[in-house]
Amino acid sequence: MTDTDWPLWEVFVRSRRGLSHTHAGSLHAPDAAFALRNARDLYTRRGEGVSLWVVPSSAITASSPDEKDPFFEPAADKPYRHPTFYEIPEGVKHL
Amino acid sequence: MTREAPAPTAAHTADAALALGDDALVLSHRLGELMGHAPVLEEEVALANIALDLLGQARILLSMAGDEDELAYLREERAFRNVQLVEQPNGDFAHTIARQLYFSTYQHLLYDRLAAGRSPFAGLAAKAVKEVAYHRDHAEQWTLRLGDGTETGHERMGRACTALWRFTGELFRPLDGLDLDPADLEPAWLESVGDILGRAGLAVPDGPRTGAWTAGAGREGLHTEPFGWMLAEMQHLHRSHPGATW
Repeated sequence: MTDTDWPLWEVFVRSRRGLSHTHAGSLHAPDAAFALRNARDLYTRRGEGVSLWVVPSSAITASSPDEKDPFFEPAADKPYRHPTFYEIPEGVKHL
Repeated sequence: MTREAPAPTAAHTADAALALGDDALVLSHRLGELMGHAPVLEEEVALANIALDLLGQARILLSMAGDEDELAYLREERAFRNVQLVEQPNGDFAHTIARQLYFSTYQHLLYDRLAAGRSPFAGLAAKAVKEVAYHRDHAEQWTLRLGDGTETGHERMGRACTALWRFTGELFRPLDGLDLDPADLEPAWLESVGDILGRAGLAVPDGPRTGAWTAGAGREGLHTEPFGWMLAEMQHLHRSHPGATW
């Protein structure tokens, strides 16, 4: 049943207005119009979304697991990059 | 010709609910037969969604006519009032899509008009018309791709559209209990289906859309042979274990 040469698409769902689209999963579809429809059927049938993006998986350039250390390791020991050294005045909301 | 619609009575409303409910129930079951057998996983979910939409409509409509389970599981073939189009077997994928295109286009026009009216069907129709708009779009998208795709797809889609054409006239037969005459929907149906087939590079079938032998048949309880087999499968569990619950 999965014997298909349809390309793979990545699906992004915006769950409600004001939030950004979040990756939900992937699917196969013959073209973009059908990818959008399949995404509707697979990822929003329980009221999960108000907007959908589909992107050909082949259009995504991903970081490689082999490059994990040079990419991400150097960030691990630099706590000064986190904005945690400020005193937050009392009464400031929504921070 | 526009017919003066008779003032609906409660009995007429129940009859119409039964007819429309049986359409939805039977097509829902046909689509359900494809579960585990659809050409690809994504399409299987799409067809299951359509089947479930139709089942939801059927439950509301049959409840307007009586007890939904009794009506679905304990009636004999001759008591079903669905049009013959919806009971036609799934065939190849092109047949499934052609059946859906013909029926969803009709159902969309029908519910759109019912939603604007004041009959007991207005509430259901207003909700269902959005579901059916999607069913119609799904069938249209596939018709365009199969008809205007490969040689095999074109040939099969054309064959399916022709094979089911003779069941489409029945959709527009009068149905007491509605505040409209289905015949009024026919020009828009012909235009819409003709437009889609045209864009798909398919010829509009030129055969008869009814015959003496089919006139109003399904609505009068006369069904085609495959329907009996379908019904046996749909009803056998309930009939073998009456009143069984999970």
